[in-house]
Amino acid sequence: MLQIRKAPIAAGMLFILIFPWAADRIPGIDHYPDVMIFAGIYCLITIGLSLLMGYAGQISLGHAAFYGIGAYVSGILTTRYGFDPWLCMPIGALAAAAVAVAVGAPSLRLRGHYLAMATLAFGVIVNIFFREQRQWTGGPDGMTGIPGLSLFSFEFDSILSYYYLVWGIVAAAFFFTIALIQSPVGRALRAIHTSEPAAAAMGIPIARYKIFVFAFSAMLASLAGSLYAHYMNFINPGTFDLFFSIKLVIMMALGGMHSIWGALVGAVLVAFLSLEWLHFFEQFEILIYGAILLLVTIFLPEGLAGLPAKLLERARRPS
Amino acid sequence: MTNGPLLVIEDLVMSFGGLTALMNIQLRVARGTIKAVIGPNGAGKTTLFNIITGVLSPTEGHIHFTGRAISGLKAHQIAALGISRTFQTVELFTNMTVLENVMVGRHLRINSSFFGCGLALPHIRRQERRLRAQAMEILDFIGLADKSRLLAENLPLGERKILEIGRALATDPLLLCLDEPAAGLNETETEAAARLIQAIKEQGITVLLVEHDMKVIMNISDEITVLNYGEKIAEGTPVHIQNHPQVIEAYLGDGTII
Ligand SMILES: Nc1ncnc2c1ncn2[C@@H]1O[C@H](COP(=O)(O)OP(=O)(O)OP(=O)(O)O)[C@@H](O)[C@H]1O
Ligand SMILES: [Mg+2]
Repeated sequence: MLQIRKAPIAAGMLFILIFPWAADRIPGIDHYPDVMIFAGIYCLITIGLSLLMGYAGQISLGHAAFYGIGAYVSGILTTRYGFDPWLCMPIGALAAAAVAVAVGAPSLRLRGHYLAMATLAFGVIVNIFFREQRQWTGGPDGMTGIPGLSLFSFEFDSILSYYYLVWGIVAAAFFFTIALIQSPVGRALRAIHTSEPAAAAMGIPIARYKIFVFAFSAMLASLAGSLYAHYMNFINPGTFDLFFSIKLVIMMALGGMHSIWGALVGAVLVAFLSLEWLHFFEQFEILIYGAILLLVTIFLPEGLAGLPAKLLERARRPS
Repeated sequence: MTNGPLLVIEDLVMSFGGLTALMNIQLRVARGTIKAVIGPNGAGKTTLFNIITGVLSPTEGHIHFTGRAISGLKAHQIAALGISRTFQTVELFTNMTVLENVMVGRHLRINSSFFGCGLALPHIRRQERRLRAQAMEILDFIGLADKSRLLAENLPLGERKILEIGRALATDPLLLCLDEPAAGLNETETEAAARLIQAIKEQGITVLLVEHDMKVIMNISDEITVLNYGEKIAEGTPVHIQNHPQVIEAYLGDGTII
């Protein structure tokens, strides 16, 4: 039976709660809460991707585009039309979902990995749009002056407040997703993953489920993009390019595609790798990601989330 | 139309490229009966099931279920109308428990709204408890209640076949299509399967049965249709079929088919 155990959730929540406090007291890592904000933003995207990859069995190579749609909807509507930033988030998410349905529906009705190809092309086109539509997006230079978030008179303008805001939203998305996995929807998705003919014979509309999961993952990516824009107050197309889509796939592979825990672990690790630990490799960074992807696929096909079970099995088996 | 046949197939043709798997098939299944479809390997029996259940679209012909044209509908739409099935090559949800497999079978009868489920709303949680109870009832009926927590992939073949029937029953079908439910079973298991099929009929569910085990066929079917190389060569009661010269020839070429 698919049971999400409570202990790791409690431990994870405690870790997130006290992390800023602890980091502040350890020399050299007192800026880590800032990195964790980006990690949380990535987690929002990978939570959706874990449903898409692990349950619907589909790969997206264009989620940076949905991330960008959220960021640019927030940027454009706030700076040009004076929209409230909070209102931009659902608008961006709905726009991303609509685009996802339009892009995903034709390929998700077919069996096989057509979605990967469709999203690859889509991601590239959207990035070109961000670069070329200067009057809307500011072109390659991007846009500045995107307002921060505030609630009543409280401004989320410190790292600490934004950290808790982002991770609060990650927690909500996490709990929504695990409730979904344990519900009839999750069972239907697992059924589709194991046997499409049998799932269809039970009356499960396979294409509709896949499209819905894809749209849901696009909404989460868009929400992440909005959070990014209101945190940075500045966006440019480089953040939402093909390389970021690939980084998302690396997060999933590293953490493990079949587990929501893997999605979180992969996102946090890649956030630290790209923002902290691999900085000084500069243009060689991409080679290191390639090596990571290769090593994980060969030695840890279940990702880091599969590691505990693997170690446990090795410990049990007398050598 | 409540008194007419449950399923009517007219002038059905199915071609795969150059191969005609079914030729001009007419078939009627009366309500509340067990109708058997038999024939040598490659006769087109599974193909017929795949067409009825919407896995394949027929090249030509019409299919009416409860008076409604269903050819061209998708598999999940046909399931929603009340046709359920098992697969010749068992297609269980192997990484789920026995209980969960049956719960998936209830999919059509429950609320599975995305947001209700994601928010774990009270009515969804109540439904989940009800669903477990219903699935347990079905496991009781098919005799697998004590295995409810096992993973489906860990069941022996005989029980996997029975579980597949249970999962199909969970959809509350009007018509249940069983593709070789006794294949690979030993004698006791085969007898148990035959008893289960009769019990299903007694619940008022119509059964369309493909099977090679002639003892099962002759004992439980009300009417038998014989296919050979995609053509219907005979139809009638078990006694009629047993003595049909063309059937005997198609099967063995000598005097016995049992
Ligand atoms: N999808 C398909 N594409 C091409 N040919 C097919 C397809 N499905 C079935 N056939 C062919 O159609 C014919 C009938 O096959 P079918 O599986 O219906 O036979 P069957 O009566 O179920 O046989 P068995 O008793 O062995 O299960 C066979 O010649 C088979 O090779
Ligand atoms: Mg067959």
